[in-house]
Amino acid sequence: MNKDYVLEMINITKEFPGVKALDNVQLKVKKGTVHALMGENGAGKSTLMKILIGIYTPDSGKIIFDGEELKVSAIKNALDKGISMIHQELSPIPNMTVAENIFLGREPSYKFGWVKAKELEEKTRKLFEKLEIDIDPKAKMSELSIANTQMVEIAKAISYNSKLIIMDEPTSAITEKEVHHLFKIIRSLKQEGVSIIYITHKMDELAQITDEVTVLRDGKYIGTKSSDQITKDELIEMMVGRELNQIFHKQRVEIKEAVLSVKDLCKNGKFENISFEVRKGEIVGIAGLMGSGRTEVLESVFGINPSDSGEIYVHGEKATIRSPRDAIRYGMGLLTEDRKLTGLFLPLSVQDNIITVTIEQYAKGGFLNEKKIQEDCQRLSEQLAIKTPSLQQLIKYLSGGNQQKALIARWLLQDPDILFLDEPTRGIDVGAKSEIYNLIFDLAKKGKAIVVVSSELPEILGLSDRIIVMHDGKKTGELSREEATQERIMELATGELVTSGS
Amino acid sequence: MNSQVSIVNKQEKSKSAVSSKERVSRILHKYGMLMILIALIILMSFLSPTFFTTGNLLNIVRQMSVVGIVAIGVTIVIITTGIDLSSGSVIALVSVVAASFAHPDTYPFFVPILIGLGLGLLTGVINGTIISKAKIAPFIVTLGMMTAARGAALLFSDGRPIGNLSDSFKFIGQGAVFGIPVPIIIFAFVGVVSYILLNKTKFGKYVYAIGGNEQAAIIAGVNVDKYKIFVYGYAGLLSGLAGIILTSRISSGQPTAGVMYELDAIAAAVIGGTSLAGGIGTIGGTIVGALIIGVMNNGLDLLNVSPYWQQILKGVIITVAVFIDSRKNRKS
Repeated sequence: MNKDYVLEMINITKEFPGVKALDNVQLKVKKGTVHALMGENGAGKSTLMKILIGIYTPDSGKIIFDGEELKVSAIKNALDKGISMIHQELSPIPNMTVAENIFLGREPSYKFGWVKAKELEEKTRKLFEKLEIDIDPKAKMSELSIANTQMVEIAKAISYNSKLIIMDEPTSAITEKEVHHLFKIIRSLKQEGVSIIYITHKMDELAQITDEVTVLRDGKYIGTKSSDQITKDELIEMMVGRELNQIFHKQRVEIKEAVLSVKDLCKNGKFENISFEVRKGEIVGIAGLMGSGRTEVLESVFGINPSDSGEIYVHGEKATIRSPRDAIRYGMGLLTEDRKLTGLFLPLSVQDNIITVTIEQYAKGGFLNEKKIQEDCQRLSEQLAIKTPSLQQLIKYLSGGNQQKALIARWLLQDPDILFLDEPTRGIDVGAKSEIYNLIFDLAKKGKAIVVVSSELPEILGLSDRIIVMHDGKKTGELSREEATQERIMELATGELVTSGS
Repeated sequence: MNSQVSIVNKQEKSKSAVSSKERVSRILHKYGMLMILIALIILMSFLSPTFFTTGNLLNIVRQMSVVGIVAIGVTIVIITTGIDLSSGSVIALVSVVAASFAHPDTYPFFVPILIGLGLGLLTGVINGTIISKAKIAPFIVTLGMMTAARGAALLFSDGRPIGNLSDSFKFIGQGAVFGIPVPIIIFAFVGVVSYILLNKTKFGKYVYAIGGNEQAAIIAGVNVDKYKIFVYGYAGLLSGLAGIILTSRISSGQPTAGVMYELDAIAAAVIGGTSLAGGIGTIGGTIVGALIIGVMNNGLDLLNVSPYWQQILKGVIITVAVFIDSRKNRKS
């Protein structure tokens, strides 16, 4: 046992039906440091963290926390010991106030459980003051933006005065400004001797904020390195187990006639006068900050929330789209932003998740052609390299990247002419990302018209032939692949001039 | 979902990589309630000499067939994350209306049957239409239908039973073919048809998809409204069928028939592993659930246990069943 370490997880093994999620994994975090935990989706990061906070019990292995062997069987337990976690998927209670959310389960109260409302609010105000967060403790959670919701979640984790805070991709939903703010908070926490496990997919955050990095791959421990010594290439190699020369292999594709034209689309309070065109074989990117109306435009064209005015033309003919069913009939497909909320059928099998859009094709005289379904799903599963013990496996047991591939398979089975991809690689590791990019390029080559929405500028720049930039519900510019740079896009996306390098 | 499981088994055999421990837990997972049913039967057979006789066993299934048929409809509703509280009252309404067309020497026997089925279907379609088009919670809509249908039954019959039914109509509830009571044959038929509907057709796939994630189903182009109307319509149709069988068996149309049947049906579905959170449930499970309730009722009667105690026991068993089910889901 080493006194420098606040946490030592040694030889942790955990098996689930059909998958060995963790195989003799170790993680050692030094006191007062930020320790990055990296690895592809399905590498075992989440499982390891869930073991640490007591959601899962390991099959074997030992955890030493703060000099004592740790045996936790519930989250409350972990919190009492001094471990808190900022979860990647936010789970606010929308109808309660910010203060109530933060101190949920430990409200200051009188006897018989009567809550001291004033004190609750005051404690929150103090916490926010310390962290320099500008949010009204009395505001309802449902009124907050996603970024602010994330900040509340961060404040909540800190409010436990933990010795160790786990941050699971804390920057995936916040803007540059809040990221700076978060990093500032992390630095001051470090000075107070708090240790942080920082899970991220973003390479540049590594050098900025972390001290050490541990990499997992396929449930195995690969290594621990000092963050300022490791190069990007080394790290990728550790994570993927192979060298990744270039992520984007953009191929030259002949761009033909327009397949989709959107004219003066308006939706009250969301966006106005949006016009754009997508041509056969073309990949059009839509960039913009969160809340700029990117997703809303896609959802409107796809009929989820139809527009108030404006026109949509498909193959030159005017299309009336009032529901996703209409959109699908016009040959459109939409990979939604939030897999769990609007994409997956969690209780169902991988196969049943893949065939949802196309069931009609397999129905003959009321009955389904199960053999054909299996053949097609098998083919797609191999083509997309979906890692699953069988097609009958419940999709909830798959890693995020494989779930995403299954959702893409759903639309490939439908074979649409126009494909909308909203954050196609959110929360997905480098290896799977690269596979998905290649898939998108292949689809373009086959003559699909593709629209990609993404918060990651390198992704937009690497994929798109043309980039539309939105700000505050308006289209602020359109850039060709040649003209587009990160700086140009940020200028248009923020509605202000940004000096290069920021 | 049996077909899917058999495919899994096939693949497992070819891989032969699954540990025997895991296989045992998987079998327990799938057939747990069936084993409890068998254990109950064995236990009752020891406790009461009259329990394990052909007559008594047929009696149990016959008694449970009415609730069982309702439970099958309710199962499909629950898989879509819905609920149907109106079944019992619909049974009463169908009972009095069908009975009034079933007097001897008036209409042929199929007229009250068709009217009863049509009426059941209608109530279900009304439920489904309001739920999907007006976006009102199924609990509220079917609670409204439960109250309204009961009122309609009392109004139609003036609060009195309607007797004097034709022999051909009474055959449905009281007759037997090759020694097997007709209600059991109908129950089995409904079970098979519903199994096929849920497992072999796109209707079934959509039912599970809607229950698994309604928003995702809408985006995948599923006509969710239409299928919800189908689902509630089917549940209503089965309530109508149950009403006809019950009326025929008790030889009269009763405006007070079917009280609490909806809760027994929901209990059967839940004991059989249907998840109120949606997306999970099987016809086979529900039939086993209904039989567990039936065996308990019958066995406790034979053992002279007071009916009051029986209700308490039933309550405990439902809760324990759900508890086991939730543990099982959490573990995996």
